[in-house]
Amino acid sequence: MSGWLDGNFVSVVDGVAFGLLLFTIAVGLSLVFGMMDVLNLAHGTLYLAGAYVAYALSDGSMSGLLLALLAGVLVGTMGGAALTFLTQPLARRGHLDQAVLTLGITFIVADLLAASFGGDVLPTDPPTALRGTVGLLGHSYPVYRLVFIAVAAGLALLVYLVFERSSLGALVRATVADRDMVRALGVDVRKVLYGVFASGAALATVGGVLGAPILGPGPGVDETVLVLSLVVVVVGGLGSVRGALAGALLIGQVQTLGVALLPEYAPFLLFGTMLIVLVVRPHGLVASAVRA
Amino acid sequence: MAGALALAPFVLGPYAVGTLSRILVFALLVLSVNLLTGLTGLPTLGQSAYFGVGAYTAAIVATRITDLGPLQLLIAAAVSALVAAGTGWLAVRARGVVFLMLTLAIGEIVYSAAVNWKSLTNGSDGMSGIPPVVPLPGMPALELDGLVYFYVLAVFLLLYASVSRLGSTSFALALRGIRDNEPRMRAIGYPTQRYALTIYCGAGALAGAAGALWVSVQRFVSPGDAGFEIAALALLAVVIGGSGSMRGACAGAALVWLTRDYLGNLEAVAGRGPLLLGLLFVIAVYTLPRGLAGVRIPHRLTRKRTA
Repeated sequence: MSGWLDGNFVSVVDGVAFGLLLFTIAVGLSLVFGMMDVLNLAHGTLYLAGAYVAYALSDGSMSGLLLALLAGVLVGTMGGAALTFLTQPLARRGHLDQAVLTLGITFIVADLLAASFGGDVLPTDPPTALRGTVGLLGHSYPVYRLVFIAVAAGLALLVYLVFERSSLGALVRATVADRDMVRALGVDVRKVLYGVFASGAALATVGGVLGAPILGPGPGVDETVLVLSLVVVVVGGLGSVRGALAGALLIGQVQTLGVALLPEYAPFLLFGTMLIVLVVRPHGLVASAVRA
Repeated sequence: MAGALALAPFVLGPYAVGTLSRILVFALLVLSVNLLTGLTGLPTLGQSAYFGVGAYTAAIVATRITDLGPLQLLIAAAVSALVAAGTGWLAVRARGVVFLMLTLAIGEIVYSAAVNWKSLTNGSDGMSGIPPVVPLPGMPALELDGLVYFYVLAVFLLLYASVSRLGSTSFALALRGIRDNEPRMRAIGYPTQRYALTIYCGAGALAGAAGALWVSVQRFVSPGDAGFEIAALALLAVVIGGSGSMRGACAGAALVWLTRDYLGNLEAVAGRGPLLLGLLFVIAVYTLPRGLAGVRIPHRLTRKRTA
């Protein structure tokens, strides 16, 4: 290879890794809003909780990572269930109250996490077996990021298959479209809603566990992650898995290539991208299958 | 109320007066959020952006051009309105949650600009050494906190009265129409998009003026002043106050600020301000569905609600 791509090859691959990380986080935000109409501004906090779980349980072994993943799923599922429970009474009062409630939760959890783990960003190393670099088309590249890309791509495929290609996904979409009809068919609608929120939240905490070596835990990370996920969701289109993937990959490239090529303007590139996408496609790259 | 506020420095100690100054400045920012969220129904999490732009503009004007307060205010308001026009035309294309997300992103971008544009903003160290404000030409610079308070109070009352007057215009009625039923407003011929952008710029100017005033009080500005926490607190104050009520917004601003600055500094909970604020958010949402303005006070202690 030669020329532009060769010079920026590492940034482009980093962009794919970052994009897939953003997808893992943002898809839950998008589905919970698009399908359940719940605005969860505590979504970045779920990532942060997952990243702290990874920090607390990582001991350099693969079993430490697996344990952290299990703990992350548990924390996320419980967090999602708690958030469903807390936001349900506000369902009729609109998004502003949901925003204030979930912001309050971010303040509380961020304070508790800072009190337990201190105010610094904690570097979290991947397991020893996944450290080091490999040659990739003549460039050396961290092993962990390649493994991450593979795992996250697998997750993305799984989420797509479950939500857009399986009968379970059809049940979820049907519940969103006509709750009473699904209830009449004998399905416990509340279980479906809890399930969507819990799996969306678990994806965010798993993103935190896997993403800790890329975007480590520390105060303020919750906010960064929240803003990036919101941008991904707005750019991609609310409530669609494919939209979240398209938005995440685009924003991942903008963030990594932007920092590499135009470091001074990186924050404006993010806004510029959002601007261009929304001017051309006001509902995002992929309009939702469920809600317009 | 204005009389009681004017007497405050004669009764309260310097720390309390300083806190009161900050509350008044924050209340102006909350009024700006209220113009969008309460009056027009556009939930914003990005008003800290224009507050920050105003604060940095005033700090630059104060250190390089003039220490005359009103001039700093005007330039800050104008620059903030311009930035609001440049960013707002994207935000007002959306409504509801997407609007909220876009304003949040705008806020985050201004915050990172404040951190990264070091030649202008001095990065995360912030700008200090800002000269004390001169309220009117020929008057001495205000060195003492008590005197700055009177300057802040004068500006606050002036801007409060202006916003209050705006509330009784046909323009404000049209904005309420947009909040309550935008399709109908469009159908009867209102250019709702243009109205939304106009109030977005107006609210930006008000937030910018508040930012300039903030610099007069603090004589320091840092990226944190343009950050997410300020935006979240301002939105919370509007919701606690009761969306749409100016007095409610000011009461909400006072409650939020006292929780953060006063309760957060008590010995038993020192350093746990965010925890207390979070609890305030959660409790307020469940117990005050219509905000402080919606709490019924017995007898006729309050007159008719103003906009």
